[in-house]
Amino acid sequence: MRMKHRTAELHAWLLLLPALALLALFTHWPALETFIDSLHSTPRGRRAEAFVGIDNYRQMLEDPVFRQAIVNNLWYALGTIPTSIALALLMAIWVNDRIAGRTVLRMAYFTPTVLPMIAVANIWLFFYTPQYGLLEQALGLFGAPARNWLGSTDTALACVTLVAIWKEAGFFMIFYLAALQQISPTLAEAAALEGTSRWTFFRRVQFPLLMPTTLFVLVNAVINAFRTVDHIVVMTRGGPDNASTLLLYYIYQVGFSFWDTTYAATLTIVMLLALAIVALGQYFLLDRRIHYR
Amino acid sequence: MSAATGPYEPRGAARLAETAGAWLLAVLWILPLVYAAWAAFHAPEFSARFSPLAPWTLENFVRAWEAAPFARYFLNTFVLVTMTLACQFLLCTLAAYAFVRYRFVGREVVFALVLAQLMIMPDVLIVENYRTMSRLGILDSIPAIALPYVASAFGIFLLRQTFKTVPKELEDAARIEGANDLQILAKVYVPLARPIYVAYGLVSVSFHWNNFLWPLIVTNSVESRPLTVGLQVFASTDQGIDWSIICAATLMTSAPLLLGFLLFQRQFIQSFLRAGIR
Repeated sequence: MRMKHRTAELHAWLLLLPALALLALFTHWPALETFIDSLHSTPRGRRAEAFVGIDNYRQMLEDPVFRQAIVNNLWYALGTIPTSIALALLMAIWVNDRIAGRTVLRMAYFTPTVLPMIAVANIWLFFYTPQYGLLEQALGLFGAPARNWLGSTDTALACVTLVAIWKEAGFFMIFYLAALQQISPTLAEAAALEGTSRWTFFRRVQFPLLMPTTLFVLVNAVINAFRTVDHIVVMTRGGPDNASTLLLYYIYQVGFSFWDTTYAATLTIVMLLALAIVALGQYFLLDRRIHYR
Repeated sequence: MSAATGPYEPRGAARLAETAGAWLLAVLWILPLVYAAWAAFHAPEFSARFSPLAPWTLENFVRAWEAAPFARYFLNTFVLVTMTLACQFLLCTLAAYAFVRYRFVGREVVFALVLAQLMIMPDVLIVENYRTMSRLGILDSIPAIALPYVASAFGIFLLRQTFKTVPKELEDAARIEGANDLQILAKVYVPLARPIYVAYGLVSVSFHWNNFLWPLIVTNSVESRPLTVGLQVFASTDQGIDWSIICAATLMTSAPLLLGFLLFQRQFIQSFLRAGIR
């Protein structure tokens, strides 16, 4: 009996082995190595790598570009998250009603989600182009002065934020739509019998019932705000003058343009901290019941 | 189905306003895409000039196709998504089965270690993973793009949830017929989880078809570049600012997924719902 149990246990470990080996190699070890590297200096020329303690972190706190990347990323998050969630909810409510052509509407809202971010970025790059772009042409009709939307420090970040909203809202919409369809019609009938207004019904019944979906979508939106920078690479390269640099883009730049790997590791630690905060928030807010059907 | 808000469906003027609002948003939403399509299907001189008489053409697609090795990029992406998905299915299935079917010391701890990947995503570990690939000597290869994503915590989690719902009676019946553990997995568990495999498969394929930053970092040649990176190289260096060709190339690279979505809309949306996070 004991022997048999041992064999079963061995089988379990054998089944897990390939997945665990790859996870260790590409998740656990690199995470640890990131931390170790962040305490060292990058080898340059004849100077070997050396232990420098928290020097990299000190350098980071004084680095104006890092500060700007964090501030930008927070504005970017603040711009994308509430807007895309509100739009998603609005879209879902509209598409859930029996509006003429709702299948077409749903498709129009959802299509940006299927496109690669890199394609989306190219399309919007064209859209924003000075003189040629649709935006400039449309504004020109109203006599607005010409401007370079992506080339100006005032507007570059807002422009990439808009692209992210466009890409994401339709994706979140489907979760709201599914949740709305789960709400029992008897609730609406009962509320209507009591003479409740539509707005009150939404605020007191629908919105609370959608709360698990909202939290699920929120967590995803926050994560996306930190991990997607494809459009930055294509549209602005963080510019002009770092006006649209986000944290991950700065990591990419430091790691692969400046080849300062240990400083990039230090920045990655900040990124991992941000993600850890999201994960903790998710754990306490979501009550471990992820949106599943 | 749509009666969910039955008594609250707007009527009369309110309905009209709602319909108008929904359509206005939809038009705004699709506008950048339509604009790109216009430029792609017209000669460059019309790319920013709208005239109903402008002749339609496929010339831009032909020129884009000839200007860069897109056939090779398509092949690379195809190999990448197929390889990734096949490995993900295999590894995640085995791991999920181990978590559901066996009891062993440290199971909870190991599961927590797996879930850690949901937080520590490969997308952000670019610096260290690049070094690992360099040490393994596989930089600039398709496996290097796929490897960090193959042991997917999300896939393991999703399949574990599904396998948990498999009735014990089915397993017992198979065991009485003399099936061993692996046969039970293949004959009982996997077939019952089919919809989840489809959902996860669609989500995985669209994720890896679209993935950009990591492939950009780890590839450096035509032989290994996926479409997304190929498109970026093409749009940023090969062409000046010939928008009609860039738009054509952009649409071309997104076409397979876009067509798939338009044809199997319901399936796509269901899958994204089932699998939630990417």
